[in-house]
Amino acid sequence: MQERVKSPKFDVVGTRPVRPDGADKVTGRAKYGADHNVAGQLVGKVLRSPHPHARIKSIDTSAALAMTGVKAVVTRDDFKDQSSEFVPAGEMLVNYRDVVRNVMAREKVLFEGHPVAAVAATSESVARAALRAIKVEYEILPHVIDVVEAMKPDAPIVEDGMITVGVTPPPTKPSNVAKRVEFVLGDIEKGFKEADLVIEREFNTKPVHQGYIEPHACVASVSEDGTAELWTTTQGHWIARAHCARLLGWDMTKLRVTSSEIGGGFGGKTVVYLEPLALALSAKTHRPVKMAMTREEVFKASGPTSGANVWVKMGVKKDGTITAGEAVLKYQAGCFQGSPVQPGCMCAFAPYDLANVKVVGFDVLSNRPKVAAYRAPGGPISEYAVESVVDEIAEKLGMCPIELRLKNAAKEGTKAAYGPKFGPVGMVECLEAAKGSPHWKAPLGKNQGRGIAAGFWFNIGGETTVNLQLNEDGTLTLMAGTPDIGGLRASLAMMAAEELKIPYEKVRPIIADTSSLGYNFVTGGSRSTFSSGLATVEAARSIIKQACGRAAKLWEIPEDAVTWESGEIKPAGDNAGKFKPMTLTDIAKVAGKTGGSIVGVGAISAQGAAPSFGVHIADSEVDPDTGKLTITRYTVIQDAGIAIHPAYVEGQYQGGAAQGIGWALNEEYIYGDDGKLQNAGFLDYRIPVASDLPMIETIIVEVPNPRHPYGVRGIGETAIVPPMAAINASAARATGVRMFELPLSPPKVLKAMKAAKKA
Amino acid sequence: MRYESPDTLEAAAKLLASESGEARILAGGTDLLVQIRAEVLSPALVVDIKKVAETRAIKEEAGGFRIGAAVTGAELKEHSALKKVWPGLVEAANLIGSTQVQGRASLGGNLCNGSPAADSVPAMIAAGAIASIVGPNGRRDLKVEDIMLAPRKLALQKGEIIASFLLPKRAPHSGDAYLRFIPRTEMDIAVVGCGVSLTLDGSGTCTAARVGLGAVAARPLLVEDAAKALVGTKVDDAALEKMAAAARAACKPIDDKRGTIEFRTDVAGVLAKRTALIALERARKA
Ligand SMILES: Cc1cc2nc3c(=O)[nH]c(=O)nc-3n(C[C@H](O)[C@H](O)[C@H](O)COP(=O)(O)OP(=O)(O)OC[C@H]3O[C@@H](n4cnc5c(N)ncnc54)[C@H](O)[C@@H]3O)c2cc1C
Repeated sequence: MQERVKSPKFDVVGTRPVRPDGADKVTGRAKYGADHNVAGQLVGKVLRSPHPHARIKSIDTSAALAMTGVKAVVTRDDFKDQSSEFVPAGEMLVNYRDVVRNVMAREKVLFEGHPVAAVAATSESVARAALRAIKVEYEILPHVIDVVEAMKPDAPIVEDGMITVGVTPPPTKPSNVAKRVEFVLGDIEKGFKEADLVIEREFNTKPVHQGYIEPHACVASVSEDGTAELWTTTQGHWIARAHCARLLGWDMTKLRVTSSEIGGGFGGKTVVYLEPLALALSAKTHRPVKMAMTREEVFKASGPTSGANVWVKMGVKKDGTITAGEAVLKYQAGCFQGSPVQPGCMCAFAPYDLANVKVVGFDVLSNRPKVAAYRAPGGPISEYAVESVVDEIAEKLGMCPIELRLKNAAKEGTKAAYGPKFGPVGMVECLEAAKGSPHWKAPLGKNQGRGIAAGFWFNIGGETTVNLQLNEDGTLTLMAGTPDIGGLRASLAMMAAEELKIPYEKVRPIIADTSSLGYNFVTGGSRSTFSSGLATVEAARSIIKQACGRAAKLWEIPEDAVTWESGEIKPAGDNAGKFKPMTLTDIAKVAGKTGGSIVGVGAISAQGAAPSFGVHIADSEVDPDTGKLTITRYTVIQDAGIAIHPAYVEGQYQGGAAQGIGWALNEEYIYGDDGKLQNAGFLDYRIPVASDLPMIETIIVEVPNPRHPYGVRGIGETAIVPPMAAINASAARATGVRMFELPLSPPKVLKAMKAAKKA
Repeated sequence: MRYESPDTLEAAAKLLASESGEARILAGGTDLLVQIRAEVLSPALVVDIKKVAETRAIKEEAGGFRIGAAVTGAELKEHSALKKVWPGLVEAANLIGSTQVQGRASLGGNLCNGSPAADSVPAMIAAGAIASIVGPNGRRDLKVEDIMLAPRKLALQKGEIIASFLLPKRAPHSGDAYLRFIPRTEMDIAVVGCGVSLTLDGSGTCTAARVGLGAVAARPLLVEDAAKALVGTKVDDAALEKMAAAARAACKPIDDKRGTIEFRTDVAGVLAKRTALIALERARKA
């Protein structure tokens, strides 16, 4: 680890203790979504549409219901329709009209895999047989898969009567374009006139899945009095509660949701799929109902991120000053509106301090599963395109790609095209660190090329509650409500220990359920260490204040005559030295006698989230006879603010890079002409295996966030933004050909190389 | 579903032949059990052949080796005499899946699963392996290249079981090799697979060769023209180019999610050359 900015001295923050959830995870004791079982539970299974687009004429469940062992069936008739209204969920907005239709098809099935019915039965085999016994009559409709095709005037319409929002005057004809958005800064015409060089390119990317190893799974149990428990693998159990209560028409208080350990989410577990079905089936049977997706179901019916078509035009002076940036982004939303095109637009040119920017985005429906958030939703796609053009500019100008970026880098005070002025940010520091890294200077071998790219993500705060209770023996129990995906519990315990000046091991953090703690927004937007960290500090400070109050009471002196100094409560001012200082443990022992239990609550809406910039260096080697690219060396450089637990920060950097390498090289949703997904499994949906990856080196840059007591920035998402462009640039140098389409799979690379040789 | 595990091939053949519903042979189960779980297959009868001694043994026979059809990849790798003579075939079997899969996966299962991309099959074809088949009407021999006819279609009759494979006696200065192309480094299915076996005389001239290709047609191929391009040469660049051209000419691939026609054809030639060079190196040292 290389520290760029001297961080203040901390005792716990910045060290690398073992995570509190580690032992259970490596011994197999940790309980993930499908590990929970309840006596008497039924097995729930979903009947899914075999067609990409069809009208449902009828559903006959009578034969299934008559089968021995089948206890309940639910269909669209079991869910009330919802009005059209957008509410925030995760990093995206949801519309309950669409959510209810995503959970269970109503008028039409909109993608292959769309749920049509669900059954609860006494065994898996009975449940499967029951699915086969359900008769669904479909009127097959023409389908559309590709985003460019879907925008054509004669394309089949996915959502009947949809009129594009954001266009004046509003169109009179329905289309698959849900929304047009636009971000403008300065005057691009003027900017392009000032340019000595203008480059204009069109890029295409394919939808990619978050690829979490743990499939969606839950257990629902609805009792005879209508109260319900839900155990589920989720990135946000309060959001799951809100969605389920809304879809089922229940009071929230009746539904207690517990989040299991989570085997990856990456944004994809901010959505409900099985939960409302399991609850509805349990409500009918008053038996617990367990549901788990197969991997095929995960691919076919849970959210990938968008595939896209992106056009970028940039102008630059001979000295490397970028004078204008323009982009048009067309993102697939899947079968309901709500692609991440807006954040995609906002990210596109964010790493740079530009005077003239225009970005237009289109949110486009097609007969695919509705996209879900995926790590920095929207950002990797637009920044892949922009950074690929920046690399080409550097090449054409004969300039070092780092120098070109340094010349234009966003810094404190830069006004981003999407509105705000940046506070202290680490883009320049990351570029400098890249320049000084051993990787950047290392020689390259035959058929190898090196690429570099930058990336940006906003990061968010939001509603958060943490509860810290001082136990009778002076230890503390910390309850957080943002599910721990990447080492959150360790980081929160570290911040509590730092604040309270006690050993890390004295704080035991847990993730509490929705009935045990105040509201928590999801783990998403790289917010959990930042927001739950803020709430933890607030709760810890409340503990200190209360403990001081108890000492004052014992000592019979005014509260303001007591101070807290490096872990000790001391009499101050006139009373200094009059009483023996007390520790938190001393106070804990007498808490019962001095006013009862001491509980600190941090219930906040976290403000002051700060963006994180990153720069990645990739080396790739091409096999010139087969077009196969191998990543031979890779370095992630990213601003963490302050790394609370550096090992988990490095883990996030490496994970983002690994997913980005998959996205760049081989991952893609492949559809046949029949509109069906052909690679719904890890055999043909090729995420990297361990042996595909080099050791991913990391450099943690620390430009502290002034709005957080320990300087934290979110770091989880930025790490997936630069890889595609960095690898694309390295591939361009290794192969001698510039490519404009992902993934860079061997057939495509070989074809491009052969075409270049002929030309 | 009925499960049987008889001790003799005759009993196994009888069980299979007399079942009126769908009957399947079980070796390692790494294909069969996956297909049953995915509801691609739901056989009424499964006959496990692993209790039959012949299917589980590796024996030297007539100067060559007889390998039981249910011997696992891991067991092949641990047999040092076999590995010394047929390193290419052993490597091919050990490209299958992962360490866990190799503890179960067999040559018989790899061939009889009926996938044109099966890794060990081009290597067995190159080796000139001969299957010994036991059925309700007794025993017969069939060359490996004649067993698979089309995807999931075999030249085996109802009730027939591959008991073992015979690898012929090896002439001095012989070597074999197998390479496959996959987009990743492991856990993938061959986009092209190529097995080459060749023999040199004392002067280094190639006197015999066999070339097997996988994943480039509806069945694994024995490419005689590719072999002919090598025989009588020193396996120099010109011979290798001719061999690559013959390998490409033999391809009848499809465009699918794993590769295009153009790509598969191209890479078949590339792999044929690379595989031949490894086999050549081994033959020189042998
Ligand atoms: C994770 C994973 C990865 C894999 N990777 C690869 C790979 O890289 N390359 C590759 O080629 N394959 C791969 N496979 C497929 C499989 O492992 C191989 O085909 C393996 O060799 C099958 O052998 P088995 O003994 O397990 O066959 P089984 O599953 O027992 O049988 C396969 C089929 O052959 C029939 N059969 C078996 N033995 C005989 C016999 N003696 N006579 C007649 N019929 C018989 C069975 O009835 C069945 O239909 C993979 C499978 C998995 C699960």
